[in-house]
Amino acid sequence: MLDATPRQTLPLAPGVGYKPQHFNAIMEDPGPVRWLEIHAENYMGQGGRPLAQLRHLAERFPISVHGVGLSIGGEAPLDADHLARLRHLVDWLNPASFSEHLAWSSHETAFLNDLLPLPYTAEALSRVADHIDQVQEALGRPMLLENPSTYLAFAESEMAETEFLREIARRTGCGLLLDINNVFVSCTNQKLDPRGYIVDFPLDLVGEIHLGGHDEQEDEHGAPLLIDSHGTEVVDPVWTLYAETIVAGGARPSLIEWDTDVPDWPVLAAEADRAARILTPVLS
Amino acid sequence: MNVDQTQFRKAILDPGRDVPPGLVDPEGRPAGKRFDVYRNNVIVSLSNALGEAFPVIRKLLGDNNFSILAGHFVRAHPPASPLIATYGDALPGFLEGFEPVRSLGYLPDIARLELALRKSYHAADAAPIDSARLQELSPDRLMETRFALAPALRLVRSDWPIVAIWRFNAEDGPKPEMGPETALVTRPEFDPILTALSPAGHGFLAELAQGRTFGAALETATEQDPDFDLTPALAALVSGGAITALHEE
Amino acid sequence: MSKNVKTLALIGAVAAAVSGAAVTTAAADNHKEKCFGVSMAGKNDCAAGPGTTCAGTSTVDYQGNAWTLVDAGTCEKMELPDGRMGSLEALERDLPA
Repeated sequence: MLDATPRQTLPLAPGVGYKPQHFNAIMEDPGPVRWLEIHAENYMGQGGRPLAQLRHLAERFPISVHGVGLSIGGEAPLDADHLARLRHLVDWLNPASFSEHLAWSSHETAFLNDLLPLPYTAEALSRVADHIDQVQEALGRPMLLENPSTYLAFAESEMAETEFLREIARRTGCGLLLDINNVFVSCTNQKLDPRGYIVDFPLDLVGEIHLGGHDEQEDEHGAPLLIDSHGTEVVDPVWTLYAETIVAGGARPSLIEWDTDVPDWPVLAAEADRAARILTPVLS
Repeated sequence: MNVDQTQFRKAILDPGRDVPPGLVDPEGRPAGKRFDVYRNNVIVSLSNALGEAFPVIRKLLGDNNFSILAGHFVRAHPPASPLIATYGDALPGFLEGFEPVRSLGYLPDIARLELALRKSYHAADAAPIDSARLQELSPDRLMETRFALAPALRLVRSDWPIVAIWRFNAEDGPKPEMGPETALVTRPEFDPILTALSPAGHGFLAELAQGRTFGAALETATEQDPDFDLTPALAALVSGGAITALHEE
Repeated sequence: MSKNVKTLALIGAVAAAVSGAAVTTAAADNHKEKCFGVSMAGKNDCAAGPGTTCAGTSTVDYQGNAWTLVDAGTCEKMELPDGRMGSLEALERDLPA
């Protein structure tokens, strides 16, 4: 374990998704950025530069470990090897938070490297709840579950996503990670009102917020089809929705995600600064 | 109509398959292009990961050919583990059987070399010995000594000049000349480095890596090549920080 | 070679190897300055790919004639010996799917 002292929590301030090319910039002057998030799977090697960087970062910043490969929404049992690797990382790093997605990515020995959707049915709910129980038991701590970006719906779904997430949290005691961009993307794609989604969301269970950019497309009928690309600035309507959420639910640790066409540090820091300017008035 | 993940996965990986009925848009119409978003995400993200993991293969084939190769490979061999950093173990074998590149005999070994570099990068840290200790041993003692080598060390044996081919593509090195080369990968700190070894140099290090004594390894190499020069192979180990312990008998 | 000559050669080879090698500091130190540097590829992300591409839906890449000698990469430039060795071949028929 890196640190035997009680676990840090994520501050009510902006964080960013960590990219190795920003290591020097972050160590020299993190600007408004007060914490960092890493993708768990990128730090499951045995040693070398990735873990060395993480050691230095963890000395200075609270770290959030964000899994992208556990396939919590999968029909199959959780991958025991992967859960063991995750436990190893979490035991060693003792991060401020661990989160994963309401999605699946592995099935029948194939890892598909995408966050795939699931139907919102009673059957899926009990399966996801079992998986979360298993994760929380293995890690010895509660986790946060993130709302996904979706591009289609299942005709068999029986409940709204917000209802599904609320019930999962009730059964398992997990917290929620509210991705505001995913709310905007999914609601646009599903012809729902994003503001209504936030109203229905159990904001008191939110331990972290995500903000990111998306691409705009159209489907074959000319309906808008937004893609969660994390390759651009957060758009204004998402900032507005974020500000409304903060006013309604209070300040939360808020992360800027930028995963493709990653910009130079000042661009990312400017996005974090914009989040800080929304958070600060609520805190004072 | 219910859609299970087996149907979903099959339709993702096979563009010839219909989108599973039961996946819909907000009006209840078939999901169509919306399902294609997932198809693209999967194939593009895995193809990109492969291209980043095998930059020299990509350069040798050209971007267009590589993307065709990747399209075939990721569908035939999607990752078995969620660790994208380890993706591509099956590529060398796949290249051996992939008809359009059959004439590029060296391609599978170049893929093995790129895999070795990546595995070395992520291998466990290990502190090297002070190399002066090698000189402190009498020749007789040295011959009876076994070497512990760093976890980041890798050997890739080839009938092709794989190190020269790699350097030509990755570092604008000179044009490769035909001849067998073994690639020795060491990682003195965080960045893997490559050294070309002769077949006898490979024999020496392979024996050493298997825990044979220095003397036995040297004998193997000298049998392979009476003129075997020990200095470059040993220097590569020392400057690569690859000797982590000496075990004297 | 006599034993003495062998011993002398060994001493020389070890001395040459140790003295000629670059000085290596312990990897376990993990100096912060050296932490920054090349990050080898192969990373997990949670972003979706660009939606405009048709890579996931295209059946074109199942056809052998999509394999092209234009943009053939550097394998053409290496001129490794043995005639046909070292160059790509156009396919006359469709690749197996």
